[in-house]
Order: sequence, then structure tokens, then C-alpha cells
Amino acid sequence: MSLSPRTVRAVRTVRTSGGLSLRVDARAALVVLLLLAVAAAASVALIATGDFPMSPADVLRTLAGGGTPAQDVVVHDLRLPRVLVGLLAGACLGLAGAVFQSVSRNPLGSPDVIGFGQGSAAGALVVIVLFHGDPFAVAAGAVAGGVVTGLAVYLLAWKKGINGYRLVLVGIGAAAVLTGLRDYLMTKADLVDATRSMIWMVGSLNGRDWEQVWPLLCAAAMLLPVVLGNGRALRMLEMGDDAAHALGVRAERTRLVVTACAVLLTAAATAAAGPVGFVALAAPQLARRLTRAPGPGLLAAAAMGATLLVGADWASQRLFGADKLPVGALTGMLGGCYLLWLLFTERKAGRV
Amino acid sequence: MSRLTAESVTLAYDQRVIAENLSVAIPDRSFTVIVGPNACGKSTLLRALARMLKPVAGSVLLDGAAIGSYPAKQVARTLGLLPQSSIAPDGITVGDLVARGRYPHQGLLRQWSREDERIVTESMAATGVDALADRHVDELSGGQRQRVWIAMALAQQTPLLLLDEPTTYLDIQHQIEVLDLCAQLHEEQGRTLVAVLHDLNHAARYATHLIAMRDGSVVAEGAPGDVVTAELVEQVFGLRCQVIDDPETGTPLVVPAARRARAGAALQK
Repeated sequence: MSLSPRTVRAVRTVRTSGGLSLRVDARAALVVLLLLAVAAAASVALIATGDFPMSPADVLRTLAGGGTPAQDVVVHDLRLPRVLVGLLAGACLGLAGAVFQSVSRNPLGSPDVIGFGQGSAAGALVVIVLFHGDPFAVAAGAVAGGVVTGLAVYLLAWKKGINGYRLVLVGIGAAAVLTGLRDYLMTKADLVDATRSMIWMVGSLNGRDWEQVWPLLCAAAMLLPVVLGNGRALRMLEMGDDAAHALGVRAERTRLVVTACAVLLTAAATAAAGPVGFVALAAPQLARRLTRAPGPGLLAAAAMGATLLVGADWASQRLFGADKLPVGALTGMLGGCYLLWLLFTERKAGRV
Repeated sequence: MSRLTAESVTLAYDQRVIAENLSVAIPDRSFTVIVGPNACGKSTLLRALARMLKPVAGSVLLDGAAIGSYPAKQVARTLGLLPQSSIAPDGITVGDLVARGRYPHQGLLRQWSREDERIVTESMAATGVDALADRHVDELSGGQRQRVWIAMALAQQTPLLLLDEPTTYLDIQHQIEVLDLCAQLHEEQGRTLVAVLHDLNHAARYATHLIAMRDGSVVAEGAPGDVVTAELVEQVFGLRCQVIDDPETGTPLVVPAARRARAGAALQK
């Protein structure tokens, strides 16, 4: 028997005289703080990047309200909403990925693998190609597509409860059908609609403004507390339904609530930024490797998602020039490499 | 007195009826063991008692009220269950896993009280896994792991504890170790234990109350010394045998008849 080094987790407990007690995993908390710091730094760097270059100090001064009128317009009207959409969409995707991976007990159980991203894309394309809708209608179509797909996958995978493996398989099937539908819609589209569809489908933060920020912020503000509130029950569910049930967790209800939240988070993020690939898949896994904590690190996954998306957007702007390469293309490439690495290490560990 | 009873329950998975009109009362402070051949409904009964399976008819009562009428967490503070198989989350330590047993006593603002800490320490000591507290669960042996799961169920601090085949997949030495632990919890902590066991001899040795089932109904129940007879074993398991006194404990010991004797008996029929 091989012994791995003992790791004693530093868990701090805060207790008050009133009988309240909070448990804080020191390492996980540190990881979240560090990720938030990196996300903030990347945000400032991203705001500073573009055809109208600024120094980080200028950015901070302008954000605080002390910039020149030109800087003010560039930061507040053009670049800040883009960064906020990136942060929020990344956080929503990271959180949704953590939930799906926990519910399906499978690192592949991520919304862009099990069809929800494709569902949103199909919904958006129906609006673009068949109805030539405006951006708002496209976003609504994306939300509707994601929600309908989520519902369909959940119902199809239902057999006296949800089994993670079945959820992933049904989801992959749904993704295939929806990809077919998407391709069919593309052949029906004229050149303008097809181009618009292509751009939308890659997932991009280009030209995002406050109209995308507010709905996304509302969705995140409503859903995040619900998911976090169920975080402890979700942790118990990882031990199997029977064990969770024995501890007083309503397994099926918890799963339904958090899955519904994750579907909505994915749909909201996709409506705002397009189906940005692989953030939901990679963020929870990367966060988990940093926190080394068992169970879904929901906050860490959300922070990692935000950091990844904004960081990738900044990298694509720096490497390929302003608004040349949509961020989804970069996350797709990075995510694909990550997926290969994940499969490789899982195979070595004998799990795949 | 019985805090936990099943009143003429009908148990079924989908359309397949496992047991009909079944009534069972678990004597308080007993170590009750349910035995019977495969597919007799013993695990199904245990699942119903643990409110994991809702009866199609009849009801399972906890302290006189239908078990499903209590909030889930409240039941979990009264009645614990050690499932047949649980999944240890990747990379979790023994201490963290045992601490999860405190979940039904905790809330969003009461996540880890001094009492939680004390009970987790005690539960690990009672099951002899305190020295393993910082080890990862996935590097333990099967017997150690089962003791960790039992420690988690203990940390739940329930007066009633149900165990679904706690000795399956363990070798003989660890089977005895787990059963000794159960007996100790029963004697020293005064908890009511209900276990499903495969091995009739283990059941006869450790149980204070035995329930023998066949085809979804209770064939006999009572103290092992009264219940375990050659006739009953033949009736429940369809096995000819002798029942002698266990030389170690004096409890009934089932010795299957030799192959020839059984073949002869079959010819006489």
C-alpha cells in the first residue's frame, strides 16, 4: 500500500457567543481571494488595451471618476461593460460547470458537453435565421434554447431519479442532435445571417455594452445565493443518494434546484457572450486542483471562470490585436488541450 | 416499546411487489438483525424503515407518527443509516468524512460548533479510527473504511441506527471486527441497532432480537436462542441442518447437513 503524504487541511472556525459558527477552509479562501485579485488585474489590463491605449493608472483614475472626458467615454461606455460581461459570464459558467460536474459525478458533465451550450446556440440561430431578430431577440432565443434543452435532457435522463452517467450520455446525444439542427439552419441562412450566426456562435465579448450587463447581473445575483445555499447539501450528495438521504438531504429536490439554477446561469451567460467554450468544463477542475479540497468548490469555480474568461480575452487582444480573435476561439483551443490532458491523466489513474 | 415500527406495509419497486401487509416492530435498545435468503425483502424492509422507500400501502411510524411527515433533517437526527455502498469523495480525509455526519445538526450559520468537534472526536475514538484522522479515505483497507463510515453514522448521534449488510465485501476478521463494534455500541451507548446480515451464525451470535424473513413476510422473530432451530432454518432457507450450541458463546450455531444426508433426504421425499 502506498502512502501519500498526509495533508492536514487548515480549517478555521469562527464562533460567536450567540452559538453561531462558520467554517472557513483557509486554503480555499486564499485561492478565491487570489483568483479575484488576478481577475481584477486582468480586468484593468483589458480595459487598458485597445485602439485607444491607456496606462493601468489612467484606468484606475478614470474608474474612480478622475479621467479626461475621452477616457471617460472609452472606459465607461465601451470597455467597462465588456469586462463586466466577461467577469459575470465567466463566473456563471464556472459555477454552472461545478454544479453539473458535481451532480453528474463526472468531470465531463459540463454544459458545453451535455448540450446546453448547443441548445442556446440553436435557439439563437432560430431567431437569427428564421426571424432575422434583433440582438435582444437573439439573446432571448439563446435563453429559451438553453432552458428547453436543459428540461429535455433532465426529463430524458430521468428514471426514478437522475443518474450522473445517464445525464452525460443523454446530454451528449442532445448535443449531437442540436449540432445537426444548427448546421441545417446554417444551410438555410443567407450570407448576412450566416455570418452573423458564425460570429455569435464562437462566443465573443466584442462590443458588449450595458444592455448585456444588467440582465446578466440580475440573473447572477438571484441564482448565485440559491446555488451557494445548496452547496452543503450538494457536498453530501457526492457520497451517493443513500448516504445523503441518511443525513437528511432531500436528494432529488436539491438536484433539481441546483440543476435548474445551473441551466439558467448557462443560458444567461450564453445569451450575453455567446457559447464561450470550455470555461464551464475547465474552471471547476482547475479551481479544484488549486484548492485541493474534496467536493465542489463553488465559489472557487466561479472565481476561476471569471478569471479565465477575462484573462483569455485580454490574451487574445494582446496576441491577435483588438477585436480580431473572439475570446471563444481562444478558450476553445485552450479548453481542448485541457480536455486532452484531463483524459490522459484520468486514463493513467485508471478512471476512463 | 418500539419507537420504529412498520404497520402493514406493502413495499414495491415500480410494479414489482416485494412484500405485502408486512408488520414489524423494532424493540427499543435492541440489536435487531434481519435475516433471510436472497430476495426475501430484508434490505427492502430496511430501506422502508429508513424512509428511503415509500410504502405503497401502510406506513412506517417513528415515535407514533408517519416517518415521512417529519422534516428530513429531523428524522436524520433520530435515525441513522449505513447504506450498503457509499462513495468517498476524491481526496477526502477520514476526519472530514466523519465530520459530515454532523450535517443534520448544522445549518448555514451553525457550521461547526464545539459540540460537533467533540462528537466527531468521540466517534472516531469509539470506532478506533482516531489515529487515521488525517489519512485519505481512499488509501485505507476495506475494514478500516467500513469503520470510518460507521464513525460517520455515529457522529450523527441518532438513538436508532440502521445498517444495511455492514459486513459485505469484508474478510472474516474484519466482519467480526465490525460486528464487535456494533455490539459494543449497542451495549455501551444504549443505541437501538437494526442490521441486515447474510450470515445466520453471525446473526445468532450478535443479535438480541432476530427477524427471519422469507418471500416478503416475517416467518419468526424473537431471541436467537428461541428462533434459530433446525426446523426454522429449513423453512426459511430450505436447508437441512443441525443447530448446536456455539462453543464460544452458547448461542445457536447452524451446521449444514452433509451433502449425502441432504441428498438422502431429497430421495425420501
